[in-house]
Amino acid sequence: MAVLLDVVSWLLLSLGGAFVFIGGVGALRMPDLYTRMHAASLTDTMGAGLIIAGIMLQAGASLASIKLAMILLFLLLTSPTATNALASAALLAGMRPGEAIPWRQESRE
Amino acid sequence: MIALFGVFLLTLLVITALAIVRSENLFVAVMLAGIFSLLMAAMFFILDAPDVALTEAAVGAGISTVLFLAALALTAERERAGSANRLLALGVVAVTALIVIFATFDKPRFGDPAAPVHQHIAPWYVERTPEAIDIPNVVTAVLGSFRGYDTLGEVFVVFTAGIGVLFLLGTRPRRNSRPVSVALDESDTGLRHYLIPRVVGRLLVPFIVLFGLYVQFHGEYGPGGGFQAGAIIAAGMILYALLEGEEQALRVLPRWALTGLVAGGALLYGVVGVAGMLLGGSFLDYSVLATDPIKGQQIGILLIEAGVGITVTGVLLSVFHAFAARERF
Amino acid sequence: MALLGLYHYWVFAVLLMIGFYAVIAKLNLIKKLIGLSLFQSAVFLLYITMGKVDGGTAPIFQAGLENQTFSNPLPQVLILTAIVVGISTTALGLGIVVRIKEEYGSIEEHEIQEIDRR
Repeated sequence: MAVLLDVVSWLLLSLGGAFVFIGGVGALRMPDLYTRMHAASLTDTMGAGLIIAGIMLQAGASLASIKLAMILLFLLLTSPTATNALASAALLAGMRPGEAIPWRQESRE
Repeated sequence: MIALFGVFLLTLLVITALAIVRSENLFVAVMLAGIFSLLMAAMFFILDAPDVALTEAAVGAGISTVLFLAALALTAERERAGSANRLLALGVVAVTALIVIFATFDKPRFGDPAAPVHQHIAPWYVERTPEAIDIPNVVTAVLGSFRGYDTLGEVFVVFTAGIGVLFLLGTRPRRNSRPVSVALDESDTGLRHYLIPRVVGRLLVPFIVLFGLYVQFHGEYGPGGGFQAGAIIAAGMILYALLEGEEQALRVLPRWALTGLVAGGALLYGVVGVAGMLLGGSFLDYSVLATDPIKGQQIGILLIEAGVGITVTGVLLSVFHAFAARERF
Repeated sequence: MALLGLYHYWVFAVLLMIGFYAVIAKLNLIKKLIGLSLFQSAVFLLYITMGKVDGGTAPIFQAGLENQTFSNPLPQVLILTAIVVGISTTALGLGIVVRIKEEYGSIEEHEIQEIDRR
């Protein structure tokens, strides 16, 4: 039983790490600010969720699991809000979706 | 395995520091400084220092970023190109780096339990804490009781910085030129027109303050304490001020209340110290505060941590409001 | 293993010098302040690295466990104080920078010295 728990939590942690990596690659390769934010949001939802689920399996049924569940809930509430606020701020600053600016050029504006 | 993670984090720290110094856009530099603080907090956690990690994350990644952004909003966003005698600076920096690296070869092996820093007083603190103070967190015991005088000095440093910023930015600027306040009328009311951040923010602020109070009072049983709690509660109130606007936030927690917090926390600390003297012990001797000396120590630490938390909250909020209320030239 | 410990100290030296370079070579006052806080963070890293003990854990007594090895709590106490003092001086420094901007109209060091010379 313990071995099964270990294997499943290994799987969840690796999948979470893979999603974080995909999110990072997406944030670098996407053409536009809005698409980049969409790619980065993968990190906060799938990545964080799977990693926390993997750690919760390791912690077992204890206070630590409840705290981890609260952390996940907090993350799921705040990171989409932060993305929304960022996108609103970008729209307010005048960036239209679809204007593809390569990230190397942005620092020269 | 942990060692590999440590090496990875250290390399990321160096890369982030290089990016901070090289970026021309100050906004980017401030954001990267926030990331640097979070990486440093993770590094501290790996090095068995959870208290310090919590403080670095709350203060460095949270409050410091907000203060820098507030200052940037009042000054400039871009750095002008060019620098003072870059070659000479690089030369000095390279020579000093080589000297420091040469000095590190003499340091004791990393993690060596026989290193000089682990002898003499540190094991005495670890031994004395269960006997004299009986709280699980040794760092809080040392901070609050064994080195309470240093913490008193630190509270007064925070207090001084707070009143220093209030002196500098509390007065109205001289009206040399017309301030750019034309378009500020609607944005003065905060993010009122943005529904989602407002709803989620108003849902979260009470929980953030509750978590701050949890960290404050659990400083004796786990990582936590006055400084972390003060930073977290201040961050929650700053979130409220950003969402609802400056005037609303000042209506909720007016300036006289903030000044009261700033002075009250330091006063509480001093009162606990003097109470020790009046009850027969020396300054900041907590053992005389109750009939049982161990209970007295715990009461003393609880009170002074509360004082520290109150002052830190008041100062950080006062500094934020001083920056935010300043009109842009 | 010895190389790992030395890596920690070398990264401290590199971060120290990066922060120091930002303070002396950059002209923008806010960039200098950011460099100063980098410098301070490097010193924190040095102290906490020195406090680590092999096989130790965070210096918090766990109920029911005997003979735990702890990492040194003393550097952690010093650095806790240092972090808060650092943010206080940064806040004060930023206040001064804002006032300089209002009086001189610029936060670039060479422009300020130019205005002072006139």
